[in-house]
Amino acid sequence: MHGNDAAAAPLLEVQDLTVKFVSRDATVTAVNGATFSVRKGEVLCLLGESGSGKSVTLRALMRLLPPQAEVAGRIALDGHDVLALEGNALRAFRGGAVAMVFQEPMTALDPVYTIGQHLVEMIRRHKGGTRAEARIRAIELLELVKIPSAARRFDAYPHELSGGLRQRAMIAIALCCGPQLLLADEPTTALDATVQIQVLILLRRLQQEFGMGTIFVTHDLGVAAEIADRVAVMYAGRVIEEGPVADVLRAPAHPYTKGLMASTVHDQAPDQDIAAIPGSPPDLRRLPPGCSFAPRCSLATEACRQSFPEPVYPAPGRMARCLRVADVLPGMMKEPA
Amino acid sequence: MSLAVNMQPYVDPRDRGGAAQPMLIARELQRHFRVKGAGKGAVVRAVDGVSFTLFKGETLGVVGESGCGKSTLARLLLHLVVPDSGELVFDGDAVGEAGGVSVGDLRRQVQMVFQDSYSSLNPRMPVQDSIAFGPMVNGRTKPESRRIAHEILVKVGLRPDLFGPRYPHELSGGQKQRVNIARALAVGPRMVILDEAVSALDKSVEAQVLNLLRQLKRTLNLTYLFISHDLNVVRYISDRVLVMYLGQVVELGPAADVFSRARHPYTTALLGSRLSMDAGQRIEAPPLVGDPPSPINPPSGCRFRTRCPHAEAVCEARMPVLGRWDDRSSHVAACHMTVPDSGHSLAGSV
Repeated sequence: MHGNDAAAAPLLEVQDLTVKFVSRDATVTAVNGATFSVRKGEVLCLLGESGSGKSVTLRALMRLLPPQAEVAGRIALDGHDVLALEGNALRAFRGGAVAMVFQEPMTALDPVYTIGQHLVEMIRRHKGGTRAEARIRAIELLELVKIPSAARRFDAYPHELSGGLRQRAMIAIALCCGPQLLLADEPTTALDATVQIQVLILLRRLQQEFGMGTIFVTHDLGVAAEIADRVAVMYAGRVIEEGPVADVLRAPAHPYTKGLMASTVHDQAPDQDIAAIPGSPPDLRRLPPGCSFAPRCSLATEACRQSFPEPVYPAPGRMARCLRVADVLPGMMKEPA
Repeated sequence: MSLAVNMQPYVDPRDRGGAAQPMLIARELQRHFRVKGAGKGAVVRAVDGVSFTLFKGETLGVVGESGCGKSTLARLLLHLVVPDSGELVFDGDAVGEAGGVSVGDLRRQVQMVFQDSYSSLNPRMPVQDSIAFGPMVNGRTKPESRRIAHEILVKVGLRPDLFGPRYPHELSGGQKQRVNIARALAVGPRMVILDEAVSALDKSVEAQVLNLLRQLKRTLNLTYLFISHDLNVVRYISDRVLVMYLGQVVELGPAADVFSRARHPYTTALLGSRLSMDAGQRIEAPPLVGDPPSPINPPSGCRFRTRCPHAEAVCEARMPVLGRWDDRSSHVAACHMTVPDSGHSLAGSV
């Protein structure tokens, strides 16, 4: 299931990433000490609902956050400190070593430039070369992402393409410079079901072909099951569970993951209520002192409200930040690490 | 089965035809939109000859991809968009015709909940006033309307004293959608159209709202038209399902039948595109290639033939017709393969 095994050094290491947006009225802690890593050739899904901090995490990795965002912690790509990059090094990093695919290709692409101009600009900026060479490379890329009649689509404006083709063009742009790390922010959420599966399969194939590490942000458990090697479940700005996708989705260790799976409509009997998680996610301006999920958790005890639980490792390669893992995952818990 | 619940002896004084008379019949509804800059006379065939029956007390799910006309269809049913042609019969009365039911009267009995919970509320109005607005324009006094608003807020699970005076921006997405449901219910409708009403919500909140919708349907004796692109949700909530493709109905039948024995290749492909939650069961090859064609110049004959794995000459030459449906259990599809003597090589095998 894994592209590479534990022998490979992590491509990306994120430690205690914290992102705060400070304004006069309030401080919003969007990411609150997220820790995870991605190996070479591995697909990590950041899974979470809106406000869980997954998109902000991704933007922090790409260094796309506005100056008023306070970013702390450590991000290392291939050993280099990403948060220290500046000037030319930062420009070479964005789009070169790391590339991003956004959710809405219509707003991410510039409507007054053709698909070809987007690609050529990117190729020449990072790789140099003449316009003609860049054009040849660009058409190759459009063919790579399975855009039919690529040479003709080269001159198309974004609005002339369907949603699926636009997203393929976005992927082609991201792949221009053979990035080490691909960041994908809900790239298939805006697509129709029959198109979504095509793009997912394409992304999976390209990821294997290029061998790049990939972080795939999604709220959809089905998408994670389709593409991920590992998943990191985020809640209120923290990674609360992590592990191989098949294990986590088969036997979640954190009550939130378990609740999320139960509340996702999927072959439930039509005459029974869905087991919804009560309440709503916490206000990021006023996070509760202990476990942020405790107010919605049926297993919460007094201890859960004291301090945020330290990681426990219920099985090899798995992590959960919950005091009650033994009750969520009965029988799997060995002695705490 | 939820139908049984609705057969209790409760009788709505507005119910004229009895339980056997359909709530709503749509016949050959059509609406085309002119498009500028796409050639002379270019039209989007948003809804192109849609007919179906909505029975009392049922939930009819409408599925299809973006651009298939499902939202236009919802608006046609309320005359928010006026149909070019076609007929609408509400509980036995033709809509908008002499001797029938007026559009105003229709809208008192049929309400709608939209996808975007924020833009469908007035940002400058406390939500209790938004909810009370409907009863007020329908002749209730202000205090009466306020009282109705508070009662409805309780029914949708929001404390009136806490949430009533709030403005939309002070509510979460799920709470806003509860308010929208409350507003739709405030005029006491018999039927509610839910246009992607849970699609923008997070999964944990979506589940809460779906449970609420089912509970309200039981207690208030409602009939739902539930539009969604999420097949799992439609499967869960619907008694019957209507599948649309490029402005036309391609399949109609009981939810359990359609999901277990789809008869139209498009429905099969849609079902095959559903993602499982098991990483051991990944989809290796996409059921369909390409995007849906533009509804401006839909393909001749069967509109699905350009993406259909079974397309043959007959599919290009003739448009397949949706078979006849008579009751709640009819399962029909607009495909030549379902008709024994259509000339398709696989005819009669589906």
